[in-house]
Amino acid sequence: MSEPCLFVLGATHHRAPLEVRERLALESESALRTDLAPVSGLLELAILNTCNRVEFYGVGADASAVEAVQAAYCARQKFDTAEFERIRIRLTGRDAALHLFEVASGLDSQLLGENEIFGQVKDAYAVAQTCGSTGAVLNRVFQKAFQAAKHVRTHTGIAAGTVSVANVAVDLAANIFGNLSQARVLVLGTGEIGGATARAFASRGAAHLSVTSRRGEKASEIASALGAAMVPFEERNGLLADYDVVVSSTSAPAPILTAASVAASMKRRPARPLLLIDQAMPRDIESAAADLQNVFLYNLDDLAKIAETNRSARLAEVARCRVMLAERADGLWVQLRRSFDAPAEARTQADGSNPAAGHATAP
Amino acid sequence: MLADVTDRQWLWCAAGFYTAGLVLGTVSLLRRKRASGLLISCAILIGYLLQWVGLGIRGHATGGCPLGNRFEIVQFTAWSAITLYLVVGVTFRSSLLGYFTSCLGAALTLVSLSIPEWDAVLRTHIFGGNPWIELHAALAIFSYGVFGLLALTSALFLLRHFSLKSKHVGGWYSFLPSILDLDHIEVRLLGTGLALLTLALLFGSVYWSRDTATVGHAKLAATIAVWVAAVLAFSLRAMGRLLARRFAWTCLALFAAALLSLQAVDQSRHPGAVASERTAP
Repeated sequence: MSEPCLFVLGATHHRAPLEVRERLALESESALRTDLAPVSGLLELAILNTCNRVEFYGVGADASAVEAVQAAYCARQKFDTAEFERIRIRLTGRDAALHLFEVASGLDSQLLGENEIFGQVKDAYAVAQTCGSTGAVLNRVFQKAFQAAKHVRTHTGIAAGTVSVANVAVDLAANIFGNLSQARVLVLGTGEIGGATARAFASRGAAHLSVTSRRGEKASEIASALGAAMVPFEERNGLLADYDVVVSSTSAPAPILTAASVAASMKRRPARPLLLIDQAMPRDIESAAADLQNVFLYNLDDLAKIAETNRSARLAEVARCRVMLAERADGLWVQLRRSFDAPAEARTQADGSNPAAGHATAP
Repeated sequence: MLADVTDRQWLWCAAGFYTAGLVLGTVSLLRRKRASGLLISCAILIGYLLQWVGLGIRGHATGGCPLGNRFEIVQFTAWSAITLYLVVGVTFRSSLLGYFTSCLGAALTLVSLSIPEWDAVLRTHIFGGNPWIELHAALAIFSYGVFGLLALTSALFLLRHFSLKSKHVGGWYSFLPSILDLDHIEVRLLGTGLALLTLALLFGSVYWSRDTATVGHAKLAATIAVWVAAVLAFSLRAMGRLLARRFAWTCLALFAAALLSLQAVDQSRHPGAVASERTAP
C-alpha cells in the first residue's frame, strides 16, 4: 500500500481574478462534503473558504484522492475542470504544509501580513474538527501552522504597522491619544474613504463619533450604521473644540476648515492635541493649520506614504519569514514521514468509511 | 568574601548593570525591534539593588545619608530617579522609558565613578546628628532624581512630537508612548518633584531660621531658584500657558538647573562635618 498523501488543492487571488473567485466560492461546504462521502481514498479534509481563496487541505490514501476532490468540487460549482486546472494551486507533501504555514502567517494574503486570515484558518480547522474530518496528519499540520504563524508574527515585522489608509489614520490617533476610548471623532463628509476611516475609528473603540455633511441624508445613513451622532454641517467650526480627531473628506472645491478657525478652537482646548485628517482632494483643511501648537495635520499623501512605508517594511520581511517557515515545514515533514512509516493500521480506516466527508449537517 | 567588596566596587557593578540595560535597549532599537521591557527592567533592578548596597555601605561609613561630596550626590540622584522608575515607571507601559532610565543611570553612575576628584574627600557626619537636616537633604536630592525622570519623559515627548510633526511615525518611533500619555506623565512627575522639593525646603527652612549662618548664600540662592523655576513651570502648565514642546524643553532645563545647583549644594557643608582625604577611591 502507498503512503498517505498530504495535499492542498484550490484557487487563490494570485491566479484567479475576482470574477472567477465569485464562481468558485463555495456556498455550502456541507453539500460538498456529502458529494465527497463516496470517495473512499480521502482520509482527512479541511476546507478554507474566504473571499480570496478556496482551498482543500486533505490527506488521501494515494494521489487519486486529489483528483476526486477536484472533480467533485468542479461538478458542484459547475466549473470547467480544464479551466480550473489552469488557475489551480496543487501541492503535495512538505510543499502543501509550507503553503498552509504561509497562508496562516498572512504571507500569501492579498494584503501582506494581514491578521484576519489566521482566524479564518482557525475557523476552517474548527469546522473540519466538528465534522470529524481531521485525523493525525491534518491535526498536526494545522497545529504546527498556527505555531509557525504566531512565531513569524512575533519575531518578524510581517504584521508591523498598518497598510490601509483608514487604519493608518487610526494608528496616528493612537500615537497622539493612546487609548482611543477617550477620543472624540468628527467625520466631515460622507465619501467612501471618510466612511472607511469612520468605521475604523468605531471598530477601535473611539469614545464618541459624530458625522456631518452637506448631504444630510447620506450622513444620517452613515451615522446610524456606526451608531454615531449627527451634527449640522454649518456648525462645524464652532464644534471643532469638542473633538480630538477631525476626519475630512468632502468634495468641497475650497477648504472648509481654515487655519484661523482651528486656531480659535485650540484656544478653548490648548492642552489637548488635535489630529486633523484631510482625505479630500482638493484639500479640505488649510495647510497652515499644521503650524499651530498641539495640532497635527495629515493629508491623503501623508497617509498613503506611511501606508506604503509600512507595506515596504513588511515586504522586506517576507524572505526572512519564508526561511523560518520552510525550516518548520521541513521539520514537520520529517516527523510526518516517520509516522507514515509506522504500522498502517494506525491511520487507515479498516471499514472503508470516509471520515473526510464528515457530518453532512456541518456548516 | 562579600564583606571585602568596597562601596565603590558595588557601585561599579551597579553601573555595569545600568550599562547592560542601555546596551540591550540600543541593540534592540538598532535592529528596529521593541526593546525587551522585562530584560531592561531586570538589569535596572539588579543595578538598583547593587547601588543600594554600595550607598548603604557608604552611608554606614559616613554616619548618615551619603551626600557628603559630589560623587555621593550624583549617585544618590541616579538612585532616586531609578527608585521612582521602579515604583511608578512600570505603570507608564513604556519600554523606551526603561531604556532611557538605564541611560540616565549608566551616565550618572559612570561619570561620577570616572572622576576621582568628585570622591577625593570623604565627609562624615555632615548633618551634625540632626535627622531633620538629613531628611531635608535626602528629600531635596530625591526630588532632583524625580526631575531626572521628568527630563527623560520630556525627551521622549520631544521625540514623539518631532515624529508626528515631521510625519515619520515608523521605525523605532513606533515604540514611543502616545503624546498625551507623555504629557500627563510629565505633569505628574513635575508635581511630585515640586512637592518633594517643597517639603525638603520646609524642613530645611526650620533649621535655617534657627541659625542663618550655617547655610551658604550660594546654596540658598541655587536651591530657591530651582524651586521657583519648578513652581513657575507647574503654574504656567496648569494655566495652559506653557504647553507641549515648550513645556518639555522647560522640564529638561529644570533638570539641568537642578544638576548645576548641586555645585553650590556641595560647597555648603554643615560646620560639624568631618572631612578626610580618601586614599583609595
